[in-house]
Amino acid sequence: MAGLAVSLDTLEVRHPAATAQAPAALRPLSLAIRAGEQVAVIGPSGAGKTTLLHAIACALKPSSGRLLLDGQDPWSLPVRSLQRLRGRLFLAPQVPPLPPRQRTVTALLAARLPTLSFWASLRSLVLPVGAEDAHAALARFDLEDKLWTRVDRLSGGERQRVGLARALLAPAGLWLVDEPLSALDPTRSRLVVETLTGEARARGTTLLATLHQVDVAIASFPRIIGLRNGELAFDLPSAEVTRDHLLRLYAQFEHELAAAPPVPLDLALPVARPTTVVVCR
Amino acid sequence: MAGTAMAPSLRDPAWNARVFWTLAGMALLVPMLWATEFRPWVLFEPDSLKSTLRFLGDFFPPHADTEFLKMVAYEAWRTVAIATCGMVLAMALAIPMTLASTAVLSISALPGRMHAVPFVLRQAIRWLLILLRSVPELVWALVFVRVVGLGPTAGVLAIALTYAGMLGKVYAEILESGETHSTTTLLRNGSGRVQAFFYGLLPTNATELTSYTVYRWECAIRSSAVLGFVGAGGLGQQLITSLKMFNGAEVSTILLVFIALVWLADWVSGRLRRVLG
Repeated sequence: MAGLAVSLDTLEVRHPAATAQAPAALRPLSLAIRAGEQVAVIGPSGAGKTTLLHAIACALKPSSGRLLLDGQDPWSLPVRSLQRLRGRLFLAPQVPPLPPRQRTVTALLAARLPTLSFWASLRSLVLPVGAEDAHAALARFDLEDKLWTRVDRLSGGERQRVGLARALLAPAGLWLVDEPLSALDPTRSRLVVETLTGEARARGTTLLATLHQVDVAIASFPRIIGLRNGELAFDLPSAEVTRDHLLRLYAQFEHELAAAPPVPLDLALPVARPTTVVVCR
Repeated sequence: MAGTAMAPSLRDPAWNARVFWTLAGMALLVPMLWATEFRPWVLFEPDSLKSTLRFLGDFFPPHADTEFLKMVAYEAWRTVAIATCGMVLAMALAIPMTLASTAVLSISALPGRMHAVPFVLRQAIRWLLILLRSVPELVWALVFVRVVGLGPTAGVLAIALTYAGMLGKVYAEILESGETHSTTTLLRNGSGRVQAFFYGLLPTNATELTSYTVYRWECAIRSSAVLGFVGAGGLGQQLITSLKMFNGAEVSTILLVFIALVWLADWVSGRLRRVLG
């Protein structure tokens, strides 16, 4: 599946449940992401990172402006075609969307539903079709022994990795990954980021991830988008992101600059360094 | 009283309202007792006491003649068959209506508000479900006894229609009140409605759906007994005959069979939930 190009033209998004007076979750925002590009979205809690991902995933309808996926406006399509287009996107929410009583193998193969016929998907419920692919995807995330385990027997970190392993099975040209590291320790975090970026590169898939770990974002993604209050703070190649950019982006949220940045960047930040990964929703 | 000595700020502000509503509730009950001609002391007048005791006295020992037991066993089997067939038909009607009416599986509602056409369609199905279950199964049975004649078929059809209305409503409510994150995510990632049901909603809600279905099956067993009273076959038809003849021994045998059937339903429900849980 070839990568999808994304383009936002003064896109504004309001949550359907929000009051009319509330500021938009995403103020008019314009940016373009080429097919196959890898972009990390950073910013303090409530900056609109998840909203941006949902808007691109066609899960939220923009209140004004235009979204183009491969040059096509999804909201001009009839419902059926829009749903077909959604099948070419893969949205991995921060909380792994796995039914507790389902087995891992089924939860993974659910990623293929958009390409399966109705009867084929029913058949796969009875006897999983493509278990070897599911196993291969799990192995990339260090979970190869969990293929037949029920989801409720997995730990939080394991569930998160299963949720991400779904991406490898999805027939998608664009991965939208929300906080993929929120339940993972540093070693697993590195494994997960390397797997996601490596696989996306090998397949030519466009990858957009929101991250709280600024150091990981800068080290592993060539392009960084900073969001604050629903507005674009900066959009730079990761080599050009300076300490000043980060301090301004996280002003009053310094505690969320969780981990120390890697040595080469030499960003000695004047913040306390919590040892745990900060989980923000 | 302690209340008069207390400082005004320490008085429970909810107290007056509570007393008022308790008394008002009791006052409302009186006309209802009037309307239902509730006069329990009639039970203890010597005449009625004597006939009640004679009837209840007949309960023991239960009638255990082989011929009668054989007939009761066969009718019990027919009762279970009526309840089961009725439930299967009811599910066959209810499940498609549930899938069509539950808002969780709406694709057009994903980005916020449901489109007008699917909304109207869902409302129409809800109205149909209300219509089905607002007619008591006894009335359906009386209708079908006239259409298909005396016998179990009328019972099966009556249970199927009323229970389809109940199952469709409660299934939809179970699906909407449970965790919907996995299902919405599947829909957002491009799967079809029914696929999202089988891969997201069903595994999330399987135990609740099963336990409600088995409970309804138990209700259907009891209900098919009452349907027997109007000639829709099964154990009920036997029960009404024995009741009319004031044959306490036969009534008690049949009631014991009912207890056994309800216990069986309870056991099945427990087993199924353990397997699925």
